[in-house]
Amino acid sequence: MAEKKSIEERVKEMIVEQLGVNPEQVTPKAKFIEDLGADSLDTVELVMAFEEEFNVEVPDEEAEKLQTVGDVIRYIEEHVEEES
Amino acid sequence: MSTHFLNDKVAVITGASRGIGKAIALRLAQAGAAVACVSRQASDAQGTAAEILDRGGKAKGYGADVRLKQEVDEISRAILGDFGQVDLLVNNAGVTRDGLTIRMSEEDWDIVVDTNLKGAFLWIRALSRHFLERRSGKIVNISSVAGLMGNPGQANYSSSKAGLIGLTKSIARELASRGITVNAVCPGFIETDMTKDLPEKARARLLEEIPLKRFGQAEEVAGLVAFLCGPEANYITGQLFVVDGGLLA
Repeated sequence: MAEKKSIEERVKEMIVEQLGVNPEQVTPKAKFIEDLGADSLDTVELVMAFEEEFNVEVPDEEAEKLQTVGDVIRYIEEHVEEES
Repeated sequence: MSTHFLNDKVAVITGASRGIGKAIALRLAQAGAAVACVSRQASDAQGTAAEILDRGGKAKGYGADVRLKQEVDEISRAILGDFGQVDLLVNNAGVTRDGLTIRMSEEDWDIVVDTNLKGAFLWIRALSRHFLERRSGKIVNISSVAGLMGNPGQANYSSSKAGLIGLTKSIARELASRGITVNAVCPGFIETDMTKDLPEKARARLLEEIPLKRFGQAEEVAGLVAFLCGPEANYITGQLFVVDGGLLA
């Protein structure tokens, strides 16, 4: 059986797909807008995709604070209900 | 332009059971689109769908109250399930509750604004993520000359139709970077159930004002909507188009 992917891996894959960037660009410190070329619609689409994928809710005021890939990974790790 | 310029496209049309909405549904189907006809009552929408099927097209009828987010979300999901995609959205559903403002009930205001304006917002909201993911989509909102010139007795209706123009322009800007276009069509006086009860006197006075000296036919609005849904309109967004026999000329 394949090993379950970590939250970090899944988040990175989704970012690569949404923004069409190279996986090596998606480092924890990378900023969505400055470093990965996201526009405001991309960030909204990403947040909605994360909400769906991890079954979490990201209020708008929290979403605004998620500026780097690391911010997102941390947020999801803190809020996701661990599947047993 | 090829006659089947909407082949392989799927269109959603609200208020498709009669009048301009029905004419748009038939026209888009004629151009090759599969059409999801939406009406308050599913049975009414199915009537239009049946006509399309009779002519060899693809269509299905759905019932949804466009004022209610839950119903719009549910039916938009059902349409995506049935057709697999949506390419075109025509927000046409509209009602009137005429009366001078001084006597207009809050209910008559709400019904008209919620149906005509909020309904369009809810449908755009429900389908825009799908359009964003596909990096394509065309939205046409059916406004009215009443939204441009005002009309005594129609403060609710003309406000809702003017609101649709603001909605069109804002959403055109929001979605443009993904190749999605949003335009508004403003019909003048068209021969439909909505205008057939105009008093004879009012009708005669209006005809005086209309340079072409007649009311329009729903098909004359549908033709423009079809064009705006087609590939030749790819570079047109955030605009409004008046079909009024010259009334506002």
